[in-house]
This record gives sequence, structure tokens and C-alpha cells, in this order.
Amino acid sequence: MSDSTATAVRKQSRALTSDVRAVRRRRVGTAVTYGFLCALAIVYIFPFLIAIATSFKTEPNATAYPLGLVPDPVTSSAYHELFKDQDFFLWVKNSAIVTLSVTFLRVFLDSLAGYALARLRFRGRAAAFTTIVAVMAVPGVVLLIPKFLIIRQIGIYDTYYGMTIPLLVDAAGVFIMKNFFESIPVSVEESARIDGASLFRIYWSIVLPMARPALITIFILSFQGSWNELGHFIISTQSTSLNTLTKGVAQLASGQLGVGNRFPLKLAASVLMTIPVAVLFFIFQRQIMNTSAGAVKE
Amino acid sequence: MAAITFDNVTKTYGDGFRAVSDLNLDVKDGEFVVFVGPSGCGKTTALRMIAGLEEVSDGEIRIGERVVNNLPPRDRDVAMVFQNYALYPHMTVAENIGFALRMRKVPKAEARTRIEETARIIGLVDHLDRKPRQLSGGQRQRVAMGRAIVREPQVFLMDEPLSNLDAKLRVQMRAEISRIQHQLNVTTVYVTHDQVEAMTMGDRVAVLRRGLLQQFDVPQNLYERPDNLFVASFIGSPSMNVVEGTLARDGDGIVCRIGPSLLPLPPKILSARPALEGYVERAVAVGIRPEALDEPGRRDGDGGSLRGVVRAIEALGPEQLAHVEVEAKPVLVEDVLEGLVDMEEAEDLVEIMAEAEAEGERALLVARLDASARVRQDETLDLSVDLGRLHFFDLDSGESIRA
Repeated sequence: MSDSTATAVRKQSRALTSDVRAVRRRRVGTAVTYGFLCALAIVYIFPFLIAIATSFKTEPNATAYPLGLVPDPVTSSAYHELFKDQDFFLWVKNSAIVTLSVTFLRVFLDSLAGYALARLRFRGRAAAFTTIVAVMAVPGVVLLIPKFLIIRQIGIYDTYYGMTIPLLVDAAGVFIMKNFFESIPVSVEESARIDGASLFRIYWSIVLPMARPALITIFILSFQGSWNELGHFIISTQSTSLNTLTKGVAQLASGQLGVGNRFPLKLAASVLMTIPVAVLFFIFQRQIMNTSAGAVKE
Repeated sequence: MAAITFDNVTKTYGDGFRAVSDLNLDVKDGEFVVFVGPSGCGKTTALRMIAGLEEVSDGEIRIGERVVNNLPPRDRDVAMVFQNYALYPHMTVAENIGFALRMRKVPKAEARTRIEETARIIGLVDHLDRKPRQLSGGQRQRVAMGRAIVREPQVFLMDEPLSNLDAKLRVQMRAEISRIQHQLNVTTVYVTHDQVEAMTMGDRVAVLRRGLLQQFDVPQNLYERPDNLFVASFIGSPSMNVVEGTLARDGDGIVCRIGPSLLPLPPKILSARPALEGYVERAVAVGIRPEALDEPGRRDGDGGSLRGVVRAIEALGPEQLAHVEVEAKPVLVEDVLEGLVDMEEAEDLVEIMAEAEAEGERALLVARLDASARVRQDETLDLSVDLGRLHFFDLDSGESIRA
């Protein structure tokens, strides 16, 4: 083997070694990333698993092994108690009434306001929008007391009205809708105007169907938000007949002394409470898509 | 069907920008009129004012006998085709076409018949149940046309409807739109920046620039008798060659001196443009269409020629374009530069202008020669000039020198 051939072979093998090293480095990198993500996933999922497992435990078992993932023995007594001894179905009914009315009305009102801010030219439009954005910056807790005072003042304290009306419009929703409407080509609306559609008809028959992705976003956010809302119901109601799921479960959680920690009962209620929101997410995550495809040539 | 009249129409925006100034124009009943001009010339604004999508700042627009200034779009009985089609993406083709009928509460059975009839005209009978996103660009364009046709309106308005299609489809749709318009005989205003589209489609063409109407005439007249330098440069592809010339008296006649060459003006030109007499001993802009230049010896008798060097040859199949550098001062006023649709051409000219300043006066002329013409790159030749087809413009005003 001549010198030059030897050098070439050596060079080649060195290149190969460095290739192998690079591949190995990449694999290690991937493994580390996945390891980290798995750890994160466990941190997120673990509480849910504990909640589900505990809801099927007996009270002594839950107290002795609060973090155990296998109930021993398995029992559904917590669920029985929840349905029999507590007003669970009343809470579900109240939550459903408030959540559904808030969700549908909020989608409608947010989109109306968003459309007006996006398309109509009126005096004070910029100021109105700035105010809405400013409201987004105020933490909800700060507004609880003023809300309580107003609700009392106008006489809707401890009623369904008091529970729903203050939740009907939210700044974030208006903001999302306005931005979405602005992304819809004006020519589509102009075309409808020439075709003879009125302003409301354009909004209803042309713009809203095109805004489906944004509407679904608002729908999910509103549903989740009002289903999980607690603070507002605490300040707007007093009677137990108006208890929602969140308020009912919260009262369980802060139950009287002498009845034990009642972990299985509380967590059974929490597990059931999570189901509607989870189902909603699964249904709609596939529905979110761009519906304006094909409207105009981009 | 109805005529459209612009009576001193002006559009001024809030910031003081005048998009359209004192527009006076009549579109006859059933006529196909094209508004053409470079971007920002006000053509789309003028169209949108007919539709009612822009308010008229001053003047009057009439459709038929009705003044429509303050009528909302839906009461004007016009249908518009948008540049980006503006289809309703969540509706099928049939629903898109039928939307206007639904808004006008046309009975369902009648609407169905009209939609099917329209689909037949635009050739989309088999696609009525599809959504726009399932259609090709050309098909979407047809749906947009269909939406206008089904209305049976008094006026069609079209805002650059072909500019999003590829070149081949554009030629095809051009013919299709002309066919449909002639078939339905609906008054049509069509906006485009493409002068070829304007020339091939329009019964009459309105050339606009900076909000001002430059000329409104049948395509052939725009080409053969442009009113000013802008129209002369804008209409025609390749553009008209424009060089500076000086008129001088020669016995009974007048000659035009371009660089070292002397072109005797035939009596025909002098009788058609008597005002030329007033320009003797003065510089004028001389316009020469590429087809008025020919290879040496092809045209004999009238004895005018320009000597130059062939710098480039573009073979186009049936003909060839020769770029010939001649000793002459190119006219590079704004009127000419703005009229060049082809930006490359404008850049070329500016480059030449810089060179001309450095090395004396030279202009690059484009000659449209027969495919059989034998010219070679870097060859010096005497281009023969069809003197009867020379155009003359005032250098200051840019106006054509005629009567």
C-alpha cells in the first residue's frame, strides 16, 4: 500500500468515525429530549390518575395510601354517596344552565362586537377597542367586589341572571373575533353587498360561517371558563339551590370537621366534573380548520 | 341593460388624495368598455364608484336614466366580478351562484332553472355541488362570472378578473368573457392594467393616468392615433419608439432630422398634421412603432432610413424583434417611462439614457421584422422607416401634434 493510499484510507476512516459520533450524539440528544418530555407528561397526568384511582378507594385506603394508583379494595361507594347524599344532580343542572346560556350568548355577542370593531366605521371605534384591550389586562379577582356591588344594586343577586349576565361578554373573545374578521377578505363582503345582502345578512350568512375556527375557539374557551368558574358564583349567589358543580365541590372540599377528609367523595365529584370539558375538546379539536379556503385567490 | 354616464366625477379621499379627477365618459347600452392604465391610475376606483362601493365626492354617475350616487350597491342592479373571485367558501357552486337570487327572494324552482342555465353557459354543470376549494383557479373564475350572469343585471363590472390566472388560461378566458358578453349583450365595464387585454376585449378603451382620462376611443384609434405620449407608449407591445427630432424646411416640404439622418415627411403626413408647420426649426418627439421600421431594401420609394447597430435579436417564430442602437436622442420624459408597462424596458431605457449622456446621443429602437429578415447581431444596417406612420408629439406638453 503506498503512502498516499494509506493516508486516503486513514482520512476515510476518520470521516466515518466522526459520522458515527455525530449519529450517536443526535440519538443521545433525542433520548434526553424524550426523557424530559415524558417526565413533564407524568407531572401533568399523575394528578388525574390519582384523582381517578382515589375516587374508587375506601376512605381508610385513601388516607393510608393517598398516592397509591391501585385502589384496594376497589369500590364505587364514593359515587353512590355523591349521587345519593349530595345534591350532585342539582349542581349539574345549575352548571349546565349557566354554562350553556353563557357559551351560546357569548359566542354570539363576542362575534357581533368583533365584527363591528373590525368592519364598521364609527366614531370612537379605536377608543372602544383600546378599552376592551385594557380590560384584558385587569385580573378577574380585582373585579369580584365591584361586580358583587353592582349585582346587588341592580337586584339580580342570588338569581340565574346574576350568575349569567356578567359573564356574557369577555374582552378576550371580542379581541379574537375582531382579529379573525379582519383576516377575512373585504371583497367577499362587498360581493355579498352587491348581491343584495343586508349588513346583518352578510354577518350571519357569509362572515359567521367563514369564522368557524374562531367561533369554535370562543365556544371552547367560554364553555370551559364558565363550567369551571367559581369566584363569580360565590359573589353572585347565596342559596344552595343555585349551587353549581364548582361551588358544590368546593363546599365538599371545605366540609365540616368530624366527617373525615372525604378524599374519595371529593375526587369522584372532580372526575365527573372534568368529563364534559374533556369530551368537548375531543369533539372540537378536529373541527378547527380553515374554512375560508377557496374564497379568494391568495 | 343600460348606458353608464360619468359626469364630471371626482373621487377625493380623506387624506386629500385625488384618485379620479373630473371624469367624463359615456358607456353605451350593451357596450364592452375597458378601463386601462398603470396601477394607481384610478381605474378600479372608477369601477367601484359605479358599483357603489366607493362614494362619489363630486359629479354624477348615471346608470340608464337614474342618478346612482346615493343608491346602495344592491339597488343599482349591477353585478361585479372581483380580481380574487370573492367566492363564499362555505357554499357550493350552486349556492354561490344562487346567493343573489336567494337575497332577491326569487322562487326556488325558478332559481334552480336559472342556476342550471348559468352553469351551462359557464360550463360547470357537473360541478354544482362542489365547494370553491375543490375547484381549479379557472373554474373559480367561472363561478365568479356565473354569479354575475345569473343576476341578469343591467351592468357587468369586472375588476381585473383574469390577473390571477396563468398566461394560457388567461388567453382562453379572455375569449370566453368576450363570447359571454356578446351572447348576453350586457353593458360591461372591465378594468385591467394589461393593455393587450384592453385592446383585444374592449369595444372602446378608456386610458387613465393619475386619475385623469387620457383618451377614450376604439382600440385601433388608440393605437394609430394616440392623443399623447403616454397613450402612445402605453398602448402597443413592444412599445412605440420615441426619439427626439428636429423639423426643418426643405424646399416645399419639411424634413425631420433624427441624429444624422434626414427623413422627408410625405405630403400625407403634412395634410393630416397641419400643425407641424408651426414646429419648423423646433425639436419634437417622434414616435415610431416597431412595425414601421423594416430591414433595408424592403420598403423602397419613400426614402427614409435610420442607421444603427443591431444589439440584440429576439426570434418570436412568425417575426423577430431587433433592438437597434441608432444615433438619436431618446425621449425619456415621465409620459414615456410611465407608459412602459414592462419595467425591464423602462430600466433599459434609463440605463441607455445614462450611457447616452456619457458617450453622446444614442437610442435603442425596437424593430419588428419578418422572420425571414437576415439580420445579425452587431451588424450595422440602415433601417427603412415607413414615413407615413410617424407620430409627432409636443416635447413640453406631450400632446400629439395634429391640427
